[in-house]
Amino acid sequence: MRRGVRTLADALVLAALASYAIPFFWQLLTSFKPEAELLRVPPLLPSQLTLAHYRAVIERSLMPQALANSFGIATLTTLLALAVGVPGAYAVARLPLPGKRWLLLAIVASTAFPQIATVSPLYLLMRALDLRDTWSGLVLVHTSFALPLTIWLLAGFIREIPIEAEEAASVDGAGLPGLFRWVVIPLLAPGLAATALLTFLFSWNEFLFAYTFTVSEASRTIPVALALFPGVFEVPWGDIAAASMLASLPPVLIVVGLQRFLVRGLVAGAVKE
Amino acid sequence: MTRREAVNRRRGVLLVAPTVLALGTLTVYPGVWVLWLSLQHRIPIFGVSRFAGLDNYAFLAIDSRFASAAATTIIFTVTSVALEVVLGVAAALAIHAQRGGRRVALSLLLLAWAMPAVVTAKLFEWLYHPTAGLLNVALGGHALNWLGDPHLALPAVILADVWRTMPFVAVLCYARLLAIPAELYEAAQVDGAGRLATLVLITLPMLARILLVAILFRALDALRAFDLMFVLTGGGPAGTTETITVYAYRVLFQTLQLGFGSALGVVVFVLVMAVAWAYLRLLRTSAVTA
Repeated sequence: MRRGVRTLADALVLAALASYAIPFFWQLLTSFKPEAELLRVPPLLPSQLTLAHYRAVIERSLMPQALANSFGIATLTTLLALAVGVPGAYAVARLPLPGKRWLLLAIVASTAFPQIATVSPLYLLMRALDLRDTWSGLVLVHTSFALPLTIWLLAGFIREIPIEAEEAASVDGAGLPGLFRWVVIPLLAPGLAATALLTFLFSWNEFLFAYTFTVSEASRTIPVALALFPGVFEVPWGDIAAASMLASLPPVLIVVGLQRFLVRGLVAGAVKE
Repeated sequence: MTRREAVNRRRGVLLVAPTVLALGTLTVYPGVWVLWLSLQHRIPIFGVSRFAGLDNYAFLAIDSRFASAAATTIIFTVTSVALEVVLGVAAALAIHAQRGGRRVALSLLLLAWAMPAVVTAKLFEWLYHPTAGLLNVALGGHALNWLGDPHLALPAVILADVWRTMPFVAVLCYARLLAIPAELYEAAQVDGAGRLATLVLITLPMLARILLVAILFRALDALRAFDLMFVLTGGGPAGTTETITVYAYRVLFQTLQLGFGSALGVVVFVLVMAVAWAYLRLLRTSAVTA
């Protein structure tokens, strides 16, 4: 009897959470609905499912280009942020630095930095350096914006590595590259994955800079292309739904497949002192 | 200084140099530049560029659009964060009480948090559609114009923001719940504490500290929020969803007043830093321990 109540309670919670995700599932359903049935609700369910909207988005819009841009920019941002962030975090966590207190304060303060405060000078900078409409421009600003959080997270994970492992490596005469290659990186792997996922998601989702620093349609990232999705006479709700689903694909895959790392990163960011 | 210390110091400077370079050129330098811009009248298309002192800031005092944007920013921040905390704690408690299916439960929640805010905007634009929107259908076929009615637009934007960010609060609380030692609950049971007493006397106090942190993170995000309202309503109707950030963006890139827009950006920056600072002091001095 008691067991039955528990199972029922579990089912109710799952049902409540499933209904919480209705906005997403409704858009998913919309993306497969025939055009003629979109604006006729009820009935809620379509008479048949169609791939027409996905075909339209893939064949006749700039979404594939935007997906490629976003994928490239988010991947390069993640790699660059880790390449700069891992050594930086190691120095902050383990080594004596001149002015360390100020550096730490600057890093914490910049995690709260509002994008709107630097968008105007960065716009002038991008224009002066001819970096508008380029991957490099967005990779640079995304990296600098993600870097404080990247370092904050990584420094926390590095502090968890037993210091004896590093000392053993230096006794064995390993230089700096050896220390990273054989000790720090392997022991840091789960934290590295968590940090990489959050950095990737930040860049994939980022809108303000991507919107401001792109001029031509072909250089738009996914959020920008979706926000500016063209309609000729009326709003193409079905196509927009399909495009939204394509834009959410990597985040959804990360949430479902790599949840453990994602939650680890989220929690670490909040509880590290 | 021993040889070892000297080596470590040199290594430290070497390793941190790229970080300092990146933050210096792309955050600190623009951060100083924006202060300089905010002291100018600068409208490139008219070839205007001259020093204006504090004129831009002085104008804020008499600018009714700024007053309205500031009020909207504060209402948006306070309401969203309050709702997120209440719903987030409830969701965390519910998932924590589950025997099975926690992974699926977390996936369903995090879905909303992980996707781009622009996608959230598109999802809700479709839900709010006056005739074909699921919300109006669920309300029995009313034709409420959620995003077009000045009284409904801000609540509609807040709802979308709460939907998107409540999972963040829930996940932090859930992780904290997992770390509460089982002995505490057993002791409470031995003492004959009921469910409500256990919740109020043990669970909620244990959540206090992580909630304070979650509220800080969320408040800072809400003060800076841009994507959702920019895409969903563009600040309309009649400016009712225009936050300071949206106002700043429109001044900067739609009317191209770089000086005044930069001043608005600086205001957002000061606001965020003031809240962060006050909050950190509170966190340090408060007797909350967990």
